[in-house]
Amino acid sequence: MRILFTLLQKEFKQIFRNKLMLPIIFVVPLVQMILLTYAASLEMKGISMAVVDQDYSQASRQLVSHFEGSPFFEIKLTTSNYQEAEDELTSDHVDVILHVQHDFEKSLYEGKQTDLQLVVNAINATEAGLTNAYCTQIISSFNSQVRAEWFGLEGSGKLTTLEIIPKYWYNPQLDFKIYMFSGILVIIVTLIGMLLTALNLVREKEMGTTEQINVTPIRKYQFIMAKLIPFMIIALFELAFGLMVGRLLFGLPIVGSLGLLFLFTCVYLLTVLGIGLFLSTISNTQQQLMYMAFFFMLTFMLMSGVFTPAESMPIWAQKINIFNPVAYFMKVIRMILLKGSGFMDIRREFYSLGIYAVLILSLAITNYRKTT
Amino acid sequence: MKRFFGFVKKEFQHIFRDKRTLLILFGLPIVMIILFGFVVTTEIRDVEVGIWDRSMDQTSIGATQKIFSSGYFIPAGYIDHEGEIDELFRSGRAKVVVVFEEGFERNLRRENRAAIKLITDASDANSAQLSLTYLQGVLMNYFQSLNRDVQVPWSIDIKSRMFYNEEMKGVYMFIPGLMAMILMLISALMTSVTIAREKEFGTMELLLASPLKPREIILGKVTPYVFLSFTNALTILILGFLVFDVPVVGSIWLLMGECMLFITLALSLGVLISTSVKTQQMAMFMSLLGLMLPTILLSGFIFPIENMPKVLQWFSAIMPPRWFIVIVKNIMLKGSGFAFIWKETLILFGMTLFFILAAVKKFQIRLK
Repeated sequence: MRILFTLLQKEFKQIFRNKLMLPIIFVVPLVQMILLTYAASLEMKGISMAVVDQDYSQASRQLVSHFEGSPFFEIKLTTSNYQEAEDELTSDHVDVILHVQHDFEKSLYEGKQTDLQLVVNAINATEAGLTNAYCTQIISSFNSQVRAEWFGLEGSGKLTTLEIIPKYWYNPQLDFKIYMFSGILVIIVTLIGMLLTALNLVREKEMGTTEQINVTPIRKYQFIMAKLIPFMIIALFELAFGLMVGRLLFGLPIVGSLGLLFLFTCVYLLTVLGIGLFLSTISNTQQQLMYMAFFFMLTFMLMSGVFTPAESMPIWAQKINIFNPVAYFMKVIRMILLKGSGFMDIRREFYSLGIYAVLILSLAITNYRKTT
Repeated sequence: MKRFFGFVKKEFQHIFRDKRTLLILFGLPIVMIILFGFVVTTEIRDVEVGIWDRSMDQTSIGATQKIFSSGYFIPAGYIDHEGEIDELFRSGRAKVVVVFEEGFERNLRRENRAAIKLITDASDANSAQLSLTYLQGVLMNYFQSLNRDVQVPWSIDIKSRMFYNEEMKGVYMFIPGLMAMILMLISALMTSVTIAREKEFGTMELLLASPLKPREIILGKVTPYVFLSFTNALTILILGFLVFDVPVVGSIWLLMGECMLFITLALSLGVLISTSVKTQQMAMFMSLLGLMLPTILLSGFIFPIENMPKVLQWFSAIMPPRWFIVIVKNIMLKGSGFAFIWKETLILFGMTLFFILAAVKKFQIRLK
């Protein structure tokens, strides 16, 4: 026990002697949390629109004023020349073209079906879908207004109306930031836990200092524990720091129990540190390790559902996610923080990760040899 | 010159000797394309929907059937009191609960209006909104089909055209971003780490003491990475074309030229990073944290720049990948010529020049 304690002391001293360590633990994550949370927004605002009005009628002006009144749209150009608008679309100055043809009012007034053309830049398919949906909504509301104002309600009385009432639970303002923040927190904690441990171990190997430790009477388990515990503490600390930042800057709700979250994080960190240890045993140089860690981190991260919901992934990807510790943590941290899920709700993830931790740690420890 | 080639050959051997790294280098673009093409999609699919039908009449049952036959939603079960909604959400078994009011069909018939409540778990605001939009569409369609006998007069028919991407494929968005990311990774991260490694081990001193000029050392170090990056850029283009039918509408030569410019930029950035660090760890953290995450998140790769706050838009203006992504999108997907992208090209060129000058200025050939 005393040996372990002394070793831990040595590790902490070494870690904090590195001038780069404090910025890596505090400044870099702080900057990332702030920058990325604001950057990672899928909320649409300021869709730029070009209007090609070849009708110049009261109806077309009224339609355009509907778009002007919407907070989502910004009309950048009004013209009667379609080609001019398309050039603007090609040079990315506008996202969508509303094309009103010259007999718009006439055919609308005659009660015929009237065509209206929308041209959407669809390179970003998601954005294009949303833009199209917003446009359709505004045009339909214009349409029903026209029906009511110009032609009275006759005829429409026979129509049944269906009222759809949307309710947004846990997040009535639809604040995307808190969701994103919790995801970024997971990535930072993982990065710190996995990468720092693995790098530290391989560095000793590459520099030859592992051999010096190997000839001392220090036992294998003592050495490994002394290597893992400091980073575990740092990562837990990082989580606490992150939660504080989130609470203060973004009003991150902490609905569930913090104790449960930290308990789960401990199990998660054991898995992640185990992976770090394992990677360090199979690589000889820091370079090798970096590329491997980078590869795994990126794949784990993208598959974890940090940006896009894990449920809409194809079945084979969801099967692979059984081996992705980040996916478990990503799900659970959001459940506990945002919805207040209790232990019974997350027990499956808890036990799965527990088994994972035991397996990967024993694999890593057997793979780790004191002799070279 | 012969001396220089000998040095380049040595660098190549260094890289090719390490099979594992090589595997990751060439495997990375393939895995990423597959991930972005199939896995990381913002489309919704298989959203679990719980039903609370307080009416259980023909219309509400019909609506329920319509929801589940749409292909976007799968049933998470029927519930019969309010408390169960919270339970479904907290355990993550459902994302949406549809509530039909009591006497749903009767209200529709007698009063010509009825209400449906759609309750969503909005802790993921984005997909909550998306699934609600889809669900509303399905329900509206269903009720319009019930209304079929009444002709709706004076209606506007909206014809939407999806330009450049008729089938609305998400992968169109990712190919340019992926190219920027992989080129940045291989060129900047790898160069900075290799040079830092020579510094850390003290072999840089040996190189500097050799008859090779410092300029030749740096050029020799980066040459293999030019080849690697270029191969990877081609891999992405070919895979994008073969697997996802992403076309190259514009000139392929222009695209290659712009790739070359971006690779040069990333390499000079890598050299600049390596001149200001002492260890591989520092080089890696600077490249990884300073370059990778911003490349992914601030360049318009995944999240559109127009939606960011103004301050971040300024930030993204100094991110080289941002301009590269615009260029690649224009050439590949829109088929624009140089006239449309000269401004972005000029910006990249200016940045490259700046990084090279800064690196030359900081590169020390003497020991402290």
